[in-house]
Amino acid sequence: MIRLENVTKRYGETLAVDSLTLDIPAGEVCVLIGPSGCGKTTTLRMMNRLIEPTSGHIFVDEADVETLRPEQLRRGLGYAIQSVGLFPHLTVGENIVTVPKLLKWDKERMAARVEELLTLVGLAPSEYEGKYPRQLSGGEAQRVGVARALAADPPVLLMDEPFGAVDPLTRQRLQAEFVRIQRDLRKTVVFVTHDVDEAIRLADRIALMRGGRLQQYATPEEILDHPANKFVHDFMGADRALKRLGRVKVSDVMRTDVPTVDSSTRAADLRSRASCAEERFLYLVDGSGRLAGWFDCADLADGGGPESAMTSVDWRESAVASDASLKEALSRMLEFGFRSIAVVDGEGRLLGDVALPTIEAALGAGDTHVAAADGQGGARP
Amino acid sequence: MKRRWTGPLLAAAAAGAFAYVVSRQDWWAAALAGLFPSLPQTVFPTATVGELVIQHLEVVGISSALTIAIGVPLGIWVTRASGKDFREIVAAGVDFGQTFPPIAVLALMMPLLGFGFAPAIVALSLYGLFPVVSNTVAGLDAVPASVLDAARGMGMGRWRMLRAVEIPLASRVMMGGVRTSVIVNIGTATVAAATGAGGLGSPIFSGINLQNGAFVLEGAVAAALLAVIADAVLAQVEEALAPARA
Ligand SMILES: Nc1ncnc2c1ncn2[C@@H]1O[C@H](COP(=O)(O)OP(=O)(O)OP(=O)(O)O)[C@@H](O)[C@H]1O
Ligand SMILES: [Mg+2]
Repeated sequence: MIRLENVTKRYGETLAVDSLTLDIPAGEVCVLIGPSGCGKTTTLRMMNRLIEPTSGHIFVDEADVETLRPEQLRRGLGYAIQSVGLFPHLTVGENIVTVPKLLKWDKERMAARVEELLTLVGLAPSEYEGKYPRQLSGGEAQRVGVARALAADPPVLLMDEPFGAVDPLTRQRLQAEFVRIQRDLRKTVVFVTHDVDEAIRLADRIALMRGGRLQQYATPEEILDHPANKFVHDFMGADRALKRLGRVKVSDVMRTDVPTVDSSTRAADLRSRASCAEERFLYLVDGSGRLAGWFDCADLADGGGPESAMTSVDWRESAVASDASLKEALSRMLEFGFRSIAVVDGEGRLLGDVALPTIEAALGAGDTHVAAADGQGGARP
Repeated sequence: MKRRWTGPLLAAAAAGAFAYVVSRQDWWAAALAGLFPSLPQTVFPTATVGELVIQHLEVVGISSALTIAIGVPLGIWVTRASGKDFREIVAAGVDFGQTFPPIAVLALMMPLLGFGFAPAIVALSLYGLFPVVSNTVAGLDAVPASVLDAARGMGMGRWRMLRAVEIPLASRVMMGGVRTSVIVNIGTATVAAATGAGGLGSPIFSGINLQNGAFVLEGAVAAALLAVIADAVLAQVEEALAPARA
């Protein structure tokens, strides 16, 4: 879908990009990563001709971009940047339809599109459509930026550190949503970041650059297991086995038949229940299936009262989302000192749980020498 | 979204009140006669205050319109790629024009354009250029680079960006420049009466010549009131151009 052939960009003495050749297949997410100043932004901006290459050719959908009018080209390539660049004088809705307006869509179609896109990025249309950018949080603004990039349904998305300016938790949430959206839309995405975990989580292929030169272009697994050189090895980090966990989704490995008890059950009644025979933990769920806490049979066996064996929790804090990665799940478990953690959906409904042995198994399931070489370290509590 | 109506209503009421006061020549006559009992003549005889205000507004309106018509495009041009080499020159030239005393500008214009309306208009419109050009440039410069990058990256052409993004975002600052320019112009235009352009400067100059304080006060008070009212009205326009808020 996008092909770079020997693309070079020179600023005076500086070689920002040095004869870069890259082939990005349709429907894939290509993450450009590398240290600051390695030419990621320059590469991205040459694709939509915000920067003209010094030499070489760039093809989008088999057409040499040089032969296209820049404005025409750009309307077909969604564009989202770290600083978002929402128009402060326009509402969220008006911002989103920027490109459709340029393409002269009719009013009804644009209104429908705004509603559709706000829903897609997880913002209630009725609440957000009329807001102004200054009224949005950083995370909300990023979502609107992504919605705006998607507005005219371009086959290609160019994103330059789109989640760079938000806190880590919001960033993880945005990444999870990106994965969900991309699963349905199957856009060709060029995504710039310098966060290795983000690259591993989102990429179909990673292009690792250094000083304007491509170091390796491969799937995250390949790049983690078989780094092309020492720079790639070092850049991806020593905890590569742990990073691999970032590729595994919780929902792929979680146990779903977890024992549950209605949270309205009185603690004293729980004692008489036989469920404790098989499981140590029973999850407490409310009437709509939402996680409310758990009951620890071991406490009961130790002679504690049923009340002391019961723990009430907020699902937002003590569980992970099903679309989180195993890496996130593990770090939450280490944080709380749990040996397993509940998995919930967006509304907090209990879906299952993940236990340490499952994560260990996932660590081992990859290339075994990776697990053997790097796995003993921080990965096992 | 809520728009506050008190500001515009107050400005409109003030403008209405001013128009009425100005139309009551008898009030002016009575007040000036009371203040200067010893003078034989206390009201400027050639024209009523209302007529003078209208003349004055004509001079100010035409010269300010010219100022805006020249200053805004000039400010836009020097912030474009094609004009950015001229930015310093234009800034310096406009700056220099401003430091010239208006009476000197008028004196220089007279041999070229003669006596009367035209030289006054030319002098005043050149004189008012500085705040308009500099605020236009400042307003356009203040548009965030990320916003421009996003606009360009989404496929907006130059004109489109200027019209749909840059000018709306700069309009408030630009309007601030227009407001300053017009207010200064209302004051400076009294000087233009020296070349025979008419307006509220006429009673002032005539009063100075005849050593008649009443004439001077008549013109000065009316001009000052006009400036205050114009400022209030233009402030409302500026406010209305502010980026929308909650
Ligand atoms: N307009 C320019 N003029 C001169 N040099 C430039 C220009 N733009 C970029 N460069 C240089 O080109 C190199 C690559 O810059 P680029 O912005 O592509 O890096 P990057 O990988 O996106 O870095 P970061 O992660 O910090 O965003 C840098 O050395 C930079 O200094
Ligand atoms: Mg960059």
